[in-house]
Amino acid sequence: MLDWYFWLPLLVLSTSLVASGFIFWINENRSQLRSGINLTAAVLKIALVVIILLGVMGGEVYETRFALLADIDFVLRADALGVMFAGLSSVLWLFTTIYAIGYLEGTPNRRRFFGFFGLCVASTLGIAFAGNLFTFLIFYELLTLSTYPLVVHRGTAKALRAGKIYLIYTLGGGLVLLMGVLWLYGLAGDLSFYGRNHLDALAVTQPAALKWIFFLLIAGLSVKAAMVPFHGWLPQAMVAPAPVSALLHAVAVVKAGAFGIVRVVYDVYGITLTWELGLLLPLGIAAAVTIIYGSIRALMQEDIKKRLAFSTISQVSYIALGISLFGPAGTIGGLVHLLHQGLMKVTLFFCAGNYAETLGVHKIKDLDGAGRRMPGTSLAFTIGALGMIGVPPVAGFISKWYLGIGAVAASNYWVLGVLVASSLLNAAYFLPVLYRIWFRPQEQPWPHERVLGRWDTSLWLLVPALVTAALSLLAGVFAASGFSPLTWVELITSREYLP
Amino acid sequence: MSSLLQELPQLLPWLVILPLFWALFSLALGVLYRHWIAGVFIFLLLATNLILIGQWLLLGDLYYSLGDWDVPLGIQLRLDGVALAMVTVTSLVTAACSLHASTYLDDYPRAQQYFWPLLAFTWASLNVIWLSADLFNLYVGLELLGLSAVGLVALTGQTEALGAALRYLYAALLGSLAYLLGVALIYSGYGQLDLPALSGLLESDASTRLALALMTLGLLLKTAIFPLHIWLPPAHGKALPPVSALLSALVVKASFYILVRLWLEAGLQVVVPSAAQFMGALGAGAVFWGGWMAWRQTELKMLVAYSTVAQLGYLMLIFPLMVGVSPTAAQLAWEGGWLQLIAHALAKAAMFLAAGNLVLAMRRPDIIGLHGVGRFLPFSLLGFGLAGVSIMGLPPSGGFMAKWLLLQSALASGQWWWLLVLAGGSALSAVYIFKVYQQCYIEDTEVDNFRHPSLLLDLSSITLALLALSLGIFSAWPQALLATALSGGGV
Repeated sequence: MLDWYFWLPLLVLSTSLVASGFIFWINENRSQLRSGINLTAAVLKIALVVIILLGVMGGEVYETRFALLADIDFVLRADALGVMFAGLSSVLWLFTTIYAIGYLEGTPNRRRFFGFFGLCVASTLGIAFAGNLFTFLIFYELLTLSTYPLVVHRGTAKALRAGKIYLIYTLGGGLVLLMGVLWLYGLAGDLSFYGRNHLDALAVTQPAALKWIFFLLIAGLSVKAAMVPFHGWLPQAMVAPAPVSALLHAVAVVKAGAFGIVRVVYDVYGITLTWELGLLLPLGIAAAVTIIYGSIRALMQEDIKKRLAFSTISQVSYIALGISLFGPAGTIGGLVHLLHQGLMKVTLFFCAGNYAETLGVHKIKDLDGAGRRMPGTSLAFTIGALGMIGVPPVAGFISKWYLGIGAVAASNYWVLGVLVASSLLNAAYFLPVLYRIWFRPQEQPWPHERVLGRWDTSLWLLVPALVTAALSLLAGVFAASGFSPLTWVELITSREYLP
Repeated sequence: MSSLLQELPQLLPWLVILPLFWALFSLALGVLYRHWIAGVFIFLLLATNLILIGQWLLLGDLYYSLGDWDVPLGIQLRLDGVALAMVTVTSLVTAACSLHASTYLDDYPRAQQYFWPLLAFTWASLNVIWLSADLFNLYVGLELLGLSAVGLVALTGQTEALGAALRYLYAALLGSLAYLLGVALIYSGYGQLDLPALSGLLESDASTRLALALMTLGLLLKTAIFPLHIWLPPAHGKALPPVSALLSALVVKASFYILVRLWLEAGLQVVVPSAAQFMGALGAGAVFWGGWMAWRQTELKMLVAYSTVAQLGYLMLIFPLMVGVSPTAAQLAWEGGWLQLIAHALAKAAMFLAAGNLVLAMRRPDIIGLHGVGRFLPFSLLGFGLAGVSIMGLPPSGGFMAKWLLLQSALASGQWWWLLVLAGGSALSAVYIFKVYQQCYIEDTEVDNFRHPSLLLDLSSITLALLALSLGIFSAWPQALLATALSGGGV
């Protein structure tokens, strides 16, 4: 008899795993079949995640578990936090796949691209559902392996160099994480993410070791989360094709790191213990430094994708900042930003890709008058940018609002300062772009214009951008309704925060 | 089913007899029926192996005395958990190499005649070594193995291969000689060569120490442990791919196997922690020097060969991690060490076969020739790519699980310096493996100029690589198997 409660988490993972197996198998030229497999798998995955989501809401437990080693289990388990990340990945996988089909049409090596793309999503799902640090580590490394081929996809000297830098950072970070996990296992054994307060006894006997382990774990994770000073790989990796940048920035890699930090703080150490050990303040400071530094660097970039990259560095650290506030409101703000930033950033990258593909525009100074030529794309870009700044009613406002409340509740007024400064910087690097797009007339011909259909650009490229833009708007407008990211995050917070 | 397994006669000697018959048959009948003979004997050996697994699960460790003479007079075969693991890995790897060779050797008609008898002979001598618990039998197995392996290297008759084979022969003979001297000393001292019997008898006097040192030296030379490794890269790099695979995966492991049996089974009362630390230091040297040299190579197969030098270094860590530590740490090291051996055997065989296929396809031996491989030869690359994951020790793979256990052991015994060796070695292996991967993404031309290897060649490599990866998911089984063979834990 099939035990759905056992198989469901594995099944969600296997949709993209099996899809990429097929994609590697079928011939390079059969692009329609490949797209069919890809989209079917993506839709199927969303359906499965929705089933799990409804189950988890009703208090069901889905868990895949078997022994990997004598005293270590492989655990995939869907809890509220994991489902949130899984939902984000599977929804964005669908839209990024649609986008990538249009973006890569007619280029070589699409089989390899979509194959590894599927593996990368499977790893992300594994990270979302991992039920202990060991399982998490497995998928964390698998993510490095499956994204490398995407970063170097173009095979140019620049791409290979970016790939090398990417590997040095991520494999190095993986090694540091491994050491942290190893040490913790040596002290405490196989800890599931679902126990509570399992480190409290150790905190009395070995507080120093626990602090060091925390440092190792967070250092390893913050490489993928692109926190200063481990952010160097991210702007380099911009040479990858636009859908890769979109996925890496919005979901897969940076969020895997941020999500890992959330897991370590809430589900390994427990927020109270982290606070008692005095580890939240350093985390908050690191996040704040990253937020300000990333924004300043973004201001200095001429290239659209580079500016977005530094903006990502800055924005992802809101998640860590929210955690460090030690209060429910901060937690809500940080976690909900994981979703909101994903939606908004993927929109921005889709749009940047559209400008590059359709007009040949890569630099901000060449965007003058782009709004007239590509109104749909520009609208989506505007929504994303305003959301990043935190203008209501776009989703980004909700994140910042809760972060602000959290800062006040925790009497951490310096965090308010960071939020204000960063919002001003966000405005400073996004508003001039919007101004150029909408209000400056086009003065010179587009660098490399192509006419793709009767709209802005090909619908494969336009529709995903519009949909994700609409989603980031809706997530903000209907934040208080029953089905918004905010509601789900409040559910997580009520379950995770209050013991 | 279980009663059937119990009533079957003892099959242990057939693990040696079958391949010997195979060697005789293929010598007698020549090249004409070589594939048929190979197919039949491989099937029989795999079946025997399977039944033995069943019997072992049912009855525990199996013993067989040849001609009903008991120890110490007669020869006894012994199948414990570790031996069973080795026998099974040997079957899997040799079967895959045979499959590969059956197609690959079409280009080398001259090599056909002697390849199959030598292969069968190698299999027989490997099984002799896995099943023996007696220093002299082990010597016989070692000598036979060395000679057949040298023959395999020389098969092509090309100058480079002959030179490598000659160096290999010197190393093998020298190693055997040193080992035999040690055996003689032990025999004159104790009148006894049975390993389990010796474990209670050995005393740490000068002559025993000399004997152990001589045997260790010989075995280190045969295992190509740094700095005695110089014969290995040319021998493994210049041989035919199925031969390289067999040598790197299994042959060098045989002498290591004896070394472990000698140190940790017979000599556990005699060996001192400082000597074990020294062995570990040699391993560390191998890890770093081999990794560095692998990175420096321009030829694909030479890179893979130097990677073997490096990976053998990890195995040496079993000594410092097991001597003079707590039972928990010792057990972790024991399981991790053997798991590393198995994972490396599977992954390295896959990698050598894939490298052979790629060289065949590129028509040139260097790494630059890989440009465009990712686009035109994804299947030939797949075996290499997957095997590389295990070699680097990244999850999910047997290599990762093995390293995890070794790391845990180093942590549990507080020997943090071995943590550094393991971590540094992993980083170094990522450097040389990704050096290869990276070339596959570069494309110089839009035209497919490659010679496409047959599917069978690619499949034999991919199968082994998948086994190495799945070892990372099902590692609890081999772990339990290996744990049974650990007697008494640490000192």
